[in-house]
Amino acid sequence: MKLTIPEREIMQPGHLACQGCGASMAMRYALKIFGRDSVLTIPACCWAVIDGPFPYTAVNVPLFHTAFETAAVMASGIKAGLDVQGEKSTNVIAWAGDGGTFDIGIQAISGAAERNDDITYIVYDNEAYMNTGIQRSSATPHGAWTTTTPIKHYKIGAKKNMVEIMSAHRIPYAATASVAYPEDLCKKLEKAKNIRGFKFIHILAPCPTGWKSDPKYTVKLAKLAVQTNIFPIYEIENGLKYTQNKKVKQRKPITEYFKYQGRFKHLKKEEVEFIQKSIDRENEILLKKF
Amino acid sequence: MAFGIEAEKEVIMKANKKDVLTGSYYIDGDVAAAYGAIAAGCKFVGGYPITPSTEAFEAFVHRAPYVGGITIQMEDELGSIASILGAVWSGKKAMTITSGPGFSLMMENIGLGAMLETPFVLLNVQRSGPSTGLPTQAGQADMMQSRWGANGDYEIIAISPDSPQEMFDYTIKAFNLSEKYRCPVMIMADECVGHMTEKVVVPEADKINIEPRRFYKGPKEKYLPFKPDKDLVPPMAKAGDGYKLHISGLTHDEKGYPTFSQTPDTKRLVDKIRLNADKIIELNEDEIDDADVVVVSYGITSRVAIRGIEQARAKGLKVGNLRLVTVWPFPEKRIAELSKKVKAFVVPEINYGQIVYEVERCAHGNANVVLVPHGGGFVHNPEDIFKAIKYAAQEKKKVEGIIEHKTELYRLIHEKNS
Repeated sequence: MKLTIPEREIMQPGHLACQGCGASMAMRYALKIFGRDSVLTIPACCWAVIDGPFPYTAVNVPLFHTAFETAAVMASGIKAGLDVQGEKSTNVIAWAGDGGTFDIGIQAISGAAERNDDITYIVYDNEAYMNTGIQRSSATPHGAWTTTTPIKHYKIGAKKNMVEIMSAHRIPYAATASVAYPEDLCKKLEKAKNIRGFKFIHILAPCPTGWKSDPKYTVKLAKLAVQTNIFPIYEIENGLKYTQNKKVKQRKPITEYFKYQGRFKHLKKEEVEFIQKSIDRENEILLKKF
Repeated sequence: MAFGIEAEKEVIMKANKKDVLTGSYYIDGDVAAAYGAIAAGCKFVGGYPITPSTEAFEAFVHRAPYVGGITIQMEDELGSIASILGAVWSGKKAMTITSGPGFSLMMENIGLGAMLETPFVLLNVQRSGPSTGLPTQAGQADMMQSRWGANGDYEIIAISPDSPQEMFDYTIKAFNLSEKYRCPVMIMADECVGHMTEKVVVPEADKINIEPRRFYKGPKEKYLPFKPDKDLVPPMAKAGDGYKLHISGLTHDEKGYPTFSQTPDTKRLVDKIRLNADKIIELNEDEIDDADVVVVSYGITSRVAIRGIEQARAKGLKVGNLRLVTVWPFPEKRIAELSKKVKAFVVPEINYGQIVYEVERCAHGNANVVLVPHGGGFVHNPEDIFKAIKYAAQEKKKVEGIIEHKTELYRLIHEKNS
């Protein structure tokens, strides 16, 4: 039998993630592909904690916990340091949450992308600052509850389209992926591993704690996000060549996705319809690019 | 300067009834600070979640809509502090809330705020550092940073509350001081005070004094944005009032325009605090008059110190308690005065020595200065403070420099390594 996902496990059990954490699944797949010859930079985010306290580590590769805004550029520095020593083969991976990517870290990412530094930047997107206790980020979708966007004043405004921002830098590779589709995710990680230059992968990582969902629905939710078109799976090469990796023949209504999550419970029918319309509109725009 | 004299009159304004949730509460220090800010008339918080200050931000988020206030969660701490500078210059009272690394990121804009003489309040719920440190545990190691963090010469005011009630009370005081002296005022709380839940009494609105903004009311053609009143503080105008407003972080003259050499206005940034220090400083003193040893502490440590002091007093030692409510400007005169009367100062703080250097400086070699250090994460063992007092009371010779008290933790590290 030919396996599409490597059997090897670099990440070890015993990490500190919550039950049903999408981010820990994402890391497991990423390390399966990148292997031991990798270095991670992780800013303040859930993964700064998940890895575990000294002397325990769940990742089994060197890990640099960076200042919040600098995961990308610290990775640039690590790569430069390795280059000077002739260590060309080591994978340098910046691994950050949505806050450290969409908000505070965007300046550093943009800088590294413009210079086309040879690193892979992976954002595991759980759509809020989960580590500090569920505050909104610019990755939080329209309508969602967080502690800083309470029910009466829920998040207004669309999620920042980070992949488009990154591809506007004309980087060699930008992609979205989901923990619900590990083969696709691993294929993308493999692709990124073999490209020189700046690679950006956006992984949707459901968070039962912050989304107020049942931990058993993590994969189901990640899948529904794709099937409802709220999180389409595609890749962009050199900022121009768009490829759709998961075709959705008949999109499911967004209510299917919302009903498993507490953070959307307060939404009125009109608001849900508005969200549905904007998803359809965004999808139309995207489909034209393929 | 007619408008100046008018501005100097004591204006007694009371808090707005709508802003004050009069009553007794059982809340933590972070939430109390948010209630205090709203009671003081704060209408805008630009913030960014960071442990252990997030609860204060969240509490403001939840209350703001009911008092006509706005909260924006910014994209980072640079955004947070820059946005409040903007809100202040458009005419409202504003605050930002942060901790540790966020505080570090804010430094440049603290300097800008000081340079523009912008009245704003910064709540720093200190955690252990450096860097990410211990996000959920206490520290007091940002004290020097709060004073010296940005580039250039300027002065700030820093207050260190030691209970949720004080988080409420002193947040109001912080706003009043910032309006009065047009400078950044920092509430240097710590994780213990921020996360401690205690009874907080919110008084009636007419019991809360509010310092109104000192707006310029003179003729438009005579307005100079940095022309000071007698107390060295210039009245303010806000954007959109029709005054010619040129506000610059470049070294500027009274008009606000850039100059090519140092101007008296930069010296004034320092002088307006230094020369008004007596009016600004608040200290809590207990049994100081006949004390042999005075314990100087602030924030949560001042509450921990009480037990050590009581233990020492029970043994018959004459111990005074000097609690710094205002840490900056530092009470130089009081410490110098006391140094002539007492044998020693004992300074416990959750760091490896910061405010102790100020105490040593102001003691002028007249009295011994004993540091009781503690790494971030936990509060002192009161036993350590007691032992340091005992040592300080017994030591007969004058020791040059700071004496570091060897705490249990110190012994643990060094005996283990030797």
